[in-house]
Amino acid sequence: MAAELHVELVAADRSVWSGEATLVVARTTSGDIGVMPGHQPLLGVLESGPVTIRTSDGGTVVAAVHGGFISFADNKLSLLAEIAELADEIDVQRAERALERAKSDTDAGAERRADVRLRAVAAH
Amino acid sequence: MGAQLRVYKRRIQAVTATKKITKAMEMIAASRIVKAQRKVAASMPYATELTRAVTAVATGSNTNHPLTTEAESPARAAVLLLTSDRGLAGGYSSNAIKAAERLRERLAAEGKEVDTYIVGRKGVAYYGFRERKVAESWTGFTDSPEYSDAKKIAEPLIASIQKDTAEGGVDELHIVFTEFVSMMTQNAVDGRMLPLSLDEVTEESTEKGEILPLFDFEPSAEDVLDALLPRYVESRIYNALLQAAASEHAARRRAMKSATDNAGDLIKSLSRLANAARQAEITQEISEIVGGAGALADASAGSDK
Repeated sequence: MAAELHVELVAADRSVWSGEATLVVARTTSGDIGVMPGHQPLLGVLESGPVTIRTSDGGTVVAAVHGGFISFADNKLSLLAEIAELADEIDVQRAERALERAKSDTDAGAERRADVRLRAVAAH
Repeated sequence: MGAQLRVYKRRIQAVTATKKITKAMEMIAASRIVKAQRKVAASMPYATELTRAVTAVATGSNTNHPLTTEAESPARAAVLLLTSDRGLAGGYSSNAIKAAERLRERLAAEGKEVDTYIVGRKGVAYYGFRERKVAESWTGFTDSPEYSDAKKIAEPLIASIQKDTAEGGVDELHIVFTEFVSMMTQNAVDGRMLPLSLDEVTEESTEKGEILPLFDFEPSAEDVLDALLPRYVESRIYNALLQAAASEHAARRRAMKSATDNAGDLIKSLSRLANAARQAEITQEISEIVGGAGALADASAGSDK
């Protein structure tokens, strides 16, 4: 059995996903980072973007994370985000509409959020 | 129907209508407590993970962040007071306000100026009536707060703590809210959010006796702390808002339950009085009839002669 790490993906108001994984890739402010079991204890600031979790049964979970933190210790990884959504939960059409609207309103925050959602779906 | 009896009947009707309303409010509040408690539970994983992370950075690095070090002579403190938007919740809001008053006095005795921030219409009304200065206030979401509400509240608070005291910033950040202990017990408590007292945080997160490892910070400990602390404040405020909402519903349920019980007692004693009045009326009518019949009999007996 390959080594595993326990992942908790939590948003401010709920626990989004938790389970065992072999690899987690996330984007921190200083670049993409991949965490595998046995990584050195780590605490980083996340950028808005998709997070890819390779689960231990061979599947892939992609989530859109809007800012937050990654912390890893004792083979337990926590991804903290104010807002986090799994790619499966994202309504593509709605995100596209939101992107259009945000672009026409030049609302940078909304545009970024919609863009992150779409990228998460594309990576899925 | 006699006048007395009619008055009683009308009062019974009025009290019955009130009882129906209070009973409905009690049941609504009871169902909302459960929902609010579930929200508190759902926000816990984020809060505990965040507290762990803050502890890890604050203890695991020798950073000297303004938000974790105490000012040498704190001159001004901000107090965030959480009250409810609506009344009919017993002593809920007034207990929170009283706790805030006590905190104010304590801070004033320590020589600090107090800036007050208020959530909830009741607190705003209290301060407005006394014409006290309120730095900022928010209303309209106390019964089911969202994370965005907590963000909205945290924003000016964080901004003012980052400002210099001379320019109107504050050195300390306190919060007064009603802690949800159980369905029957809720306590108005005050606590200091910033500067972080590390002992307290460490105590919270290392209850299980875990030793925090040495972390690798990405990009650097200062940057991580910079990003973490505002989130920490937001999360603390969010948690306090949720607990306050659960407490508000519990307090309202209790208040409405005793109102319903009292209405029941009132209806009982009023119906006793109404029964007595009816009996008195009947007795009076009978004696009138008997008396009338007697008078008639006497009169006719007299005419026979």
